[in-house]
Amino acid sequence: MSRFVYLDNNATTPLDPRVLEAMLPYLQDKFGNAASRSHRFGWEAEEAVEKGRAQVATAIHADPKEIIWTSGATESDNLAILGAARMYADRGKHVVTSLIEHKAVIDPCHYLAQNGYEVTFLTPDRTGRVSVEQVRQVLRDDTILVSLMVANNEIGTLNPLGEIGAACKERGVLFHTDATQAFGKVPIDVEVMGIDLLSLSGHKIYGPKGIGALYVRRRNPRVRLQPLQYGGGHERGMRSGTLNVPGIVGLGAAAEIALGEMPAESARLAGLRDRLWAGLSERLTGIVLNGNVEHRLPNTLNVSFLYVEGESLMMGFNDIAVSSGSACTSASLEPSYVLKGIGVGDDLAHSSIRFSLGRFNTTEDIDYTAERVVAAVNHLRSMSPLQEMAEAGIDLSTVQWAGH
Amino acid sequence: MAYSDKIVDHYQNPRNVGALDKNLPNVGTGIVGAPECGDVMKLQIMVDDDDRVVDAKFKTFGCGSAIASSSLATEWLKGKTLDEALQIRNTDIVKELSLPPVKIHCSVLAEDAIRAAIADVQRKKAGGADAVPEPTPQPQKV
Repeated sequence: MSRFVYLDNNATTPLDPRVLEAMLPYLQDKFGNAASRSHRFGWEAEEAVEKGRAQVATAIHADPKEIIWTSGATESDNLAILGAARMYADRGKHVVTSLIEHKAVIDPCHYLAQNGYEVTFLTPDRTGRVSVEQVRQVLRDDTILVSLMVANNEIGTLNPLGEIGAACKERGVLFHTDATQAFGKVPIDVEVMGIDLLSLSGHKIYGPKGIGALYVRRRNPRVRLQPLQYGGGHERGMRSGTLNVPGIVGLGAAAEIALGEMPAESARLAGLRDRLWAGLSERLTGIVLNGNVEHRLPNTLNVSFLYVEGESLMMGFNDIAVSSGSACTSASLEPSYVLKGIGVGDDLAHSSIRFSLGRFNTTEDIDYTAERVVAAVNHLRSMSPLQEMAEAGIDLSTVQWAGH
Repeated sequence: MAYSDKIVDHYQNPRNVGALDKNLPNVGTGIVGAPECGDVMKLQIMVDDDDRVVDAKFKTFGCGSAIASSSLATEWLKGKTLDEALQIRNTDIVKELSLPPVKIHCSVLAEDAIRAAIADVQRKKAGGADAVPEPTPQPQKV
């Protein structure tokens, strides 16, 4: 049996053929600039942009006027954090986030910390959740913004968004959430969850790359942002630049499909994810689930395989695409900061694999993956000195290792 | 990043995986690296009376390049005298396996493991044939 299995859907997803079909006219005949008000090319582009805006707004229970198009979630995160911090600097200069946010949130926060702001980085619990009590404890009179993700990209853990949003409301603090991984996978309601700013992306939901959106609340309260770039005053002045019409059409179509299929698709994905965990945990000892069993994205499974290094493990099933928290897969030579942030030791982080399932995965994919992973783990454990030491009854935590 | 064919070959068909009796007076063991760093190599050599390596075994926790580096090291060690073995340089391993720059530390670790194993067997031999076997070898400083 020869096949290729893609289980890295948290990195990016393939374009859904239905999305491509919706986009094609806007890559060909309907090439107008949505800002051209004087002819039909502009009008049809604008119409498409507004349709996309409505589709995305509906998916998060927002008003279409509250959707700002961006180039992706990284830009959305930057615009939300830097834009709000700069706009409300006269109210205060304290921002709250967590250690395991995406770098697109953490890095702007570091930038703020180096430029006269104070940033509190909350430490999530061992499963990756930040509690509302933790947030309440650090809110101050000069806190202007809290930024906490809906779901973590590496471990899939979901934060108690509604509770955190309510706590922010009580104190009049703006609440931004990076919904990149959660959007289209779990229900999100900006009203119920008290969200003021929300980042999302097209390519994580079977839409195109290079398009994202930022939800910016217009009432209770009306949120204003200082733009990051200046120009033609598009997107209510918050994001100048000619709109990416095919991208917007694609993101809108992808959002509509994801919203419509969510109930059945989440149940299906959760079933496959649990089948994969069963396929691994029933055949292997010494494996650890990273994240929260109860509050987790339906598609994400992060597992550490004791005594086996992640990159070498991936080499053992090179017809299956996954990702690892091992340092060897990054240029930094540091293992996953997310796993470190939730207290997973570096040794287990090096041994971690993230399986992120998607719309096009089948039961056969999952069974094949379980089989291949089990074989690779066994192959590597047969040549692992750590496995040998553990079998000899040596407590690895007591060994004096010499780093290099 | 694509792996060279030689790395893949050593990964799929590692040479000389296993363990020698570390308590034998003519067996040297080197353990280098740390689990927190993502690499641990255990390399063992058995020498004859003329200080020639008659057997070599390894076990490695680490990436594919680390596994290939230690597997290759055991291949190269067999048949060499200890003096010849000390001539093996990490750069030789880099060249043979076409290791990319980010994987050079794997070859350094393999050279460290070779040196640690040689030092261990030389220390045992210096203690004389009747020397008490060493306890569980501790990881060597690198």
